[in-house]
Amino acid sequence: MAFLQAILLGFLVVCAISVSFSRNLLNSIIIYMSFSLVMAMIWICLESPDLAITEAAVGAGVTTILFFVTLKKIHAIGQEDGKDKH
Amino acid sequence: MNRREKEKRKEKSEKEEKKSSRFESWLDGDRDIYDGNMELRPQKEYEPSPYLLRRQENERKKMEERVNDVARNKEYRVFKRAYRVLAVVFCLSFIALLVLAVSWLPPVGQAGNPDNNEVSARYIEEGLQETGSVNIVTGMILTYRAFDTFGETNVLFIATCCVMVMLMLDEAVLKKQETDNDRKYEPKNDAILQGMAFILCPVIFIFGIYVILGGHLGPGGGFSGGAVIGAGLILYVIAFGFKKTQRFFNEAVYKTAKITSLVMYGLIGSYFYITGANGIENHIPLGLPGHILSGGIILPINICVGIEVACTMYAFYALFRRGGL
Repeated sequence: MAFLQAILLGFLVVCAISVSFSRNLLNSIIIYMSFSLVMAMIWICLESPDLAITEAAVGAGVTTILFFVTLKKIHAIGQEDGKDKH
Repeated sequence: MNRREKEKRKEKSEKEEKKSSRFESWLDGDRDIYDGNMELRPQKEYEPSPYLLRRQENERKKMEERVNDVARNKEYRVFKRAYRVLAVVFCLSFIALLVLAVSWLPPVGQAGNPDNNEVSARYIEEGLQETGSVNIVTGMILTYRAFDTFGETNVLFIATCCVMVMLMLDEAVLKKQETDNDRKYEPKNDAILQGMAFILCPVIFIFGIYVILGGHLGPGGGFSGGAVIGAGLILYVIAFGFKKTQRFFNEAVYKTAKITSLVMYGLIGSYFYITGANGIENHIPLGLPGHILSGGIILPINICVGIEVACTMYAFYALFRRGGL
C-alpha cells in the first residue's frame, strides 16, 4: 500500500509541474483533472472516502467543466464545428 | 404552449387590476418608475467627427508601433529579464518559507500534539450517543458544528446569486438566441455522448441520492452527494441540451428548491441551536444508530444541503454556458 501511495504521490508532483509548463490551455486543464482524480485515490488511501467522493465530483468533474466553458467563452479553444485554432 | 401563454397573459391583466400587485410589478421591474412622472427626451446617438476618428486612429498606430518594437524597446528588455529573475527568487523564497513552517510542526501521531485535546476525545467517545450518527464526521459537522455548515451553505447561496447577477441574460435575449441557433451551446446529437449519458445519468443520480441519504451511516453527506447529482445534471445537459432539461429543471423549480432547502435548513438548525443553547430538551428522536431513520436532524439537513449544492453546481454551469437556467 505504501508503494502504491508513493507512485500516486510521484504522479501528483509530475502533474502539478506539467500543468504550469504546458503551453496549451486545454492540455493543462486535462492534466489538472487527472491531478484531481489521483488526489481522490490518495484520499481513499488515507481512509477518508468522504473527501474522495467530493474531490472526484467537484475537482475532477465540475471545476474542469467550468474551466472548459470559460475557455470556450473567451474563444481560447475551438468551436464545435471542428475549427481548431491551435 | 399557446394555451400557457394565454393563461399567462390573463394572469398579467388580472394582476394589473389589483392594487396590491403594484409592489410586485415594481419589484419585477415590469414598470419604469420614471414613465409618466418625468419628461424624458430621446437621447441622440453619439457620432464622433471624422477628424477625431482620424486622430484616434493615428495615435493608436503610433502606439502600436512603439509597443511592438521589441528589439529597440529597452524598458521591455529590462523588465523581461528582471521578471524572470524575480519570479525564480520569489518561488524559491516562498518554498523556503513553507518548508520552514512545516519543520516547526509537531510530528504526526504524538500524544502531546495540540490537536489531541478534549474536544476530539469528546467527539470520538460520545459522538455516537449524542448525535446518533455512525459516521463521526457527518455527526460532527451537522450537529456540533452545524452553525459553521449553515454559514457555508449561505456562502454557496450568495455565490450563485453573484454569478446570476453578473452572467444572467434577459429572457428576450435568450429567446432570440434560441430561435437564431437552437443547441448552439451543446454538441448536436452526438450519438456516443447521448448513449453514454443514457446509461450513466440514472446511475449517477441514484449514487448521489444514496450518498446523501446514507450520510449518517457511511462515507458521504449532503455536500458530496449534491456535487455528484450536480455533475450528473451537467452531463445530462451536455448530452441532451437545455430544452430537454428545462422540462424537469427550469428556473421556477430551481428557485423553489434552492430557497425551500435553505429556509428548511435555517428552521431546523435554529430550533436545534435555540434548544441546545438554552438547555431545553429537543423533541427530535435520535433513533437506533445504524438505521436509515436515525441521527435526529442529520438526515433532513443532509437532504437540504444536497439539494442546495446540486442546484448550485448546475446553475454555475448553465449560467456560464448560456446566461440563463
